[in-house]
Amino acid sequence: MPADIVVLGGGVGGALTANLLSKRLPSGSARIRVLDETGVHVYQPGFLYVALDQANAGWLSRDLRSLLRDDVELLIDRAVRIDVENGAVHLEREGALHYDFLVVTTGAQPDWDGVPGLRQATHNFYSLIGAERLREALRTFDGGSLVVGVAGMPYKCPPAPVEFAFMVDDYLRRRKVRDRTRIRFLSPINRAFTIESASKLVQPLMEKRGIELETFVNVETVDPDKRRLTSLEGETFDFDLAVLVPPHVGATVVRDSGLGDPGGWLPTDPATLQLKSSDRVFAIGDATDLPISKSGSTAHFEAPVVVEQVVAAIEGRAPNPAKSRYRGKVTCFLETGRRQATILVFDYDHPPKPPRPSFIWHVAKWLFNRVYWLTVPRGRI
Amino acid sequence: MGTTTADLEIDARGSFCPGPLMELIKAVRQSDVGKKIAVLSRDPGSRTDIPAWVKKAGHDLVAIEDADDYARFVVEKTH
Repeated sequence: MPADIVVLGGGVGGALTANLLSKRLPSGSARIRVLDETGVHVYQPGFLYVALDQANAGWLSRDLRSLLRDDVELLIDRAVRIDVENGAVHLEREGALHYDFLVVTTGAQPDWDGVPGLRQATHNFYSLIGAERLREALRTFDGGSLVVGVAGMPYKCPPAPVEFAFMVDDYLRRRKVRDRTRIRFLSPINRAFTIESASKLVQPLMEKRGIELETFVNVETVDPDKRRLTSLEGETFDFDLAVLVPPHVGATVVRDSGLGDPGGWLPTDPATLQLKSSDRVFAIGDATDLPISKSGSTAHFEAPVVVEQVVAAIEGRAPNPAKSRYRGKVTCFLETGRRQATILVFDYDHPPKPPRPSFIWHVAKWLFNRVYWLTVPRGRI
Repeated sequence: MGTTTADLEIDARGSFCPGPLMELIKAVRQSDVGKKIAVLSRDPGSRTDIPAWVKKAGHDLVAIEDADDYARFVVEKTH
């Protein structure tokens, strides 16, 4: 009997895991099914470029089927409950999928109502609609007070708000409205970025560009009428335009299945990526509770670790120790404006030592954005 | 766990910076005024982060207690 493998979610982690399993497993040894709600794969890092008028929406999404190998089955439906005890995923439309191995890659979702007033009064680039609305707002922005910040942690793609601050500075200079715009960057912690070494690099650049850093700002409410943001620490910030990263929560199915912590994140073994409640269920990417960045890069490095363990179990051998342990590896670019960027490479035990921003890393990020469709979800890099 | 009593004990020893601080902030948000919250942290960054945040937010840092390989911060929500 072929092993039944179900991959829940068709984002970067899900598509990559399914394709790697298909490559590694001999034909007929497993049935690999990807369950996805929409059947559309979205390259979320592209939202930033849409918001800043550097890309159009068409570039950002592809039919998920076109990214999966032929022997990977795609089911378009919504998972409503994961039954770990009986090894089944219950579907909204049609019955249940039974599995021998389950890989949960359900990601993180913005909680637009997590902060009162956020939905009504602020802009974001954490959805395509949000990015397009922000693009329109920026096109007509004629100066004033612009606040950029983080309205809750954890959130997807930690460098994104810092990148946005630098890139919107460039954008407003090009539009010749920067000299009448005050940009403030609001951070919930006592530096610009969660990672200290990256903060040390970006903070002097912010100062140089006239981006004011406000620390320990944990957004409590946003008043849409007064256009005023109030923090838990008791400060207020008036704005003409606010661009805030929303708080994030785990997937609804995780929360409805009683598998997540209070935020909906799956309790996951940091090395094996197995769910703490079942050794035949794995979690990768944003869905986990791991103390590591919620980003596509994390899922990219986690997928092979899960694949090795599943393949070994099906082949009836012990997993290769060198390939079946995740050590927290993440690599991501960080745009610093002026056509420059740096790169953050780190793991659980080694914080990044980002190089001085340069044009080279900016080009590398641009190239990565271009080749993404041909490489990452297909398991080619 | 420590000598100063608290109404809520948060074990953030598995968390890296700024995890313990964010756990504390979340608990302060959800607690009533007058409640004491203890957070356990193994992260050396908490020694600067937590007192600095408590000061800015205007709460009371009741105690910092050292154990073998972690510290226990007790904070009272004052407003």
